[in-house]
Amino acid sequence: MSSSPSLNTWSDALSGFSIGWFPLGLVIVAVIPLVFIALYALTYGVYGERKISAFMQDRLGPMEVGFWGILQTLADILKLLQKEDIVPTAADKFLFVIGPGILFVGSFLAFAVLPFGPAFIGADLNVGLFYAVGIVAIEVVGILAAGWGSNNKWALYGAVRSVAQIVSYEIPASIALLCAAMLAGTLSMQQITVMQTGPGGFMHWFLFNNPIAWLPFLIYFISSLAETNRAPFDIPEAESELVAGYFTEYSGMKFAVIFLAEYGSMFMVSAVLAVAFLGGWASPLPNIGGLHLNDMTSGPAWGAFWIIMKGFFFIFVQMWLRWTLPRLRVDQLMYLCWKVLTPFALIAFVLTAVWEIYR
Amino acid sequence: MQELGKAESNSTRIIRQDDKRVIIEKDLDTEYMVLSMGPQHPSTHGVLRLECITDGEVVVEAEPYLGYLHRCFEKYCENVDYPAIVPYTDRMDYLAGMNSELAYCITVEKLLDIEIPRRVEFIRVIVSELNRIASHLVAIGTYAIDLGAFTPFLFCFRDREHIMSLLEWISGARMLYNYIWIGGLAYDVPADFKKRVAEFIAYFKPKVVELYKLLTENEIFVKRTYDIGIMPADVAINYGWSGPMLRGSGVKWDLRRNDPYSIYPELDFDVPVPDGKFSVVGDCLSRHLVRALEIDESLKIISQCLDKMPEEPNFNSRAVIPKRIRPKAGEVYGRAENPRGELGYYIVSDGKSTKPVRCKARSSCFVNLSAMKDLSKGQLIPDLVAIIGSIDIVLGEVDR
Repeated sequence: MSSSPSLNTWSDALSGFSIGWFPLGLVIVAVIPLVFIALYALTYGVYGERKISAFMQDRLGPMEVGFWGILQTLADILKLLQKEDIVPTAADKFLFVIGPGILFVGSFLAFAVLPFGPAFIGADLNVGLFYAVGIVAIEVVGILAAGWGSNNKWALYGAVRSVAQIVSYEIPASIALLCAAMLAGTLSMQQITVMQTGPGGFMHWFLFNNPIAWLPFLIYFISSLAETNRAPFDIPEAESELVAGYFTEYSGMKFAVIFLAEYGSMFMVSAVLAVAFLGGWASPLPNIGGLHLNDMTSGPAWGAFWIIMKGFFFIFVQMWLRWTLPRLRVDQLMYLCWKVLTPFALIAFVLTAVWEIYR
Repeated sequence: MQELGKAESNSTRIIRQDDKRVIIEKDLDTEYMVLSMGPQHPSTHGVLRLECITDGEVVVEAEPYLGYLHRCFEKYCENVDYPAIVPYTDRMDYLAGMNSELAYCITVEKLLDIEIPRRVEFIRVIVSELNRIASHLVAIGTYAIDLGAFTPFLFCFRDREHIMSLLEWISGARMLYNYIWIGGLAYDVPADFKKRVAEFIAYFKPKVVELYKLLTENEIFVKRTYDIGIMPADVAINYGWSGPMLRGSGVKWDLRRNDPYSIYPELDFDVPVPDGKFSVVGDCLSRHLVRALEIDESLKIISQCLDKMPEEPNFNSRAVIPKRIRPKAGEVYGRAENPRGELGYYIVSDGKSTKPVRCKARSSCFVNLSAMKDLSKGQLIPDLVAIIGSIDIVLGEVDR
């Protein structure tokens, strides 16, 4: 990494930048991920999901607005903006309004600690991984507020299911991430990534450089599906059972915000997965003899490219699963969590500890 | 441990342990919640309404409410001529119009006692078996949606589209055909019909295997349907179940075999019944399997019909259609195997009028649905959805 600047230089410089008393830099640091997310959610999230599902189902998907329907999401947003903002008469107004807000904030706060390349991270906390796991749990409050505030029986069912599911799946997910933290010896997202860089490319990733990490990797991937309410664990919003789950009563921009939060969490868990086991922004290409592929594809811009690509890959897998598999039942979901994933996560935890001591 | 009883409410339980100690367990006080499922609900397949009394996610009792799609079929029949009822039968089970027409026409033909040309019989069987496949594809596809798998649904609809266009080609309509008439057919089939049906069969056979791989053998799908909503054979018979529902409970009863009509006795096909290896006999998975296997059998029937169908140039499919239908006084009950079970018509004629005095339709969906209350007791809401889906109701036929 001859040309790459040292860690966090850009973001540190940006954070310190201010015009007079106004901390412009900090605002920009906060805005960059949001802009990225908005673009991603528009293009890859919504449009991509519709196209991917369409191609899987022998359809064409949106084709009318723009070339191959590329502007479809913009048209949808315009439509949602024009919708009347309905709050049901019987709803608890405060909770109904604050629910989507909490959801949105909970899902996007975690982006602060995602390392978008060696030189850019919103906040390189020394407990970054812990923060990322913890802050996402705030979503539960938003979901419960939305479901309870709607004063709708289906929404209440959805909210209760969702809370039970997310709280349960936090446990195997956290233990699985703890394995990665043990392998790295740190909780800082940036340091975990640095531990997985090297001239060997993907050989240094935790998934490949030790014989155990595939187990926590799989456990975290499955749990992350449940945490983001994606199929086959989408029981909180099971449209054929609970109409639309906790957001049955939402319309207009509130609905769009919930939607955006879901796509935000999808990228977030995918990026955390990439950081914890697949080297985050590290390039997968190894140096082969005189061909320095790894050096050529490292650096701040390449770093951002790699982590976003890794995130997108796992989002693609999530979509792939969603459009293939049926939905589990509530009790089967809990069975999977408590009797399969949690014990295996604990086994993985012990094995990782043994590996760390004796390797 | 032995549970002695429940006191006052469902929150207090008295349990005697093995060492004779008695324990009184008190849970949190809970209340039942009445949950109105439908008529506008994604998985009630139309406008069925279930009033569920729920204890958490468990359905204590579910009471179906019908009539949202009631269109006075039987009263209407008393006011129009016999042939004018045919288009109306399409609108009962709108997913299997040809089968409904066939059932009605063979009933009236029984009353009139007329001989049908063989070519007409073959065409009738081909179109109704095609329609049976289409109907089962919708049943399987929507069942997949009920269980959360969206893609199999669209795969099913893609294949159904080919059947729709075949039937549109011969009758001019995609769903409400008015093709089978009393004593004949509206039109003879077009010249290339045999070839295109054969092409469809060749196209469709691998797709059935694809559907098996995608849905029927899917671990989650099996988990969601295995051992859910079990209906024992004797109870099913007492409820008057028929069709794939009854066969799902292990009773080998198919009107095409047990009360043969048209040319079915000449054809070679099996009546699939679950053997209990892959599923528990009588559960939702069995019913799904029966439908999936019946698609194969229907394909077999169509292939045989294509081989045996007599070629007659300048064939007039309306040759034996009576100019004026005025049956002699009497009553008749005719029935046929619909995709959803036994569809029967009971027709009374007074011998003077060209309109039936009474025309009663025995709807398979309605009878099958009547067991809903029994089936839904103590199930979870997701299982309730799975059970409704496995009954495969068409509300047009339930309410008529």
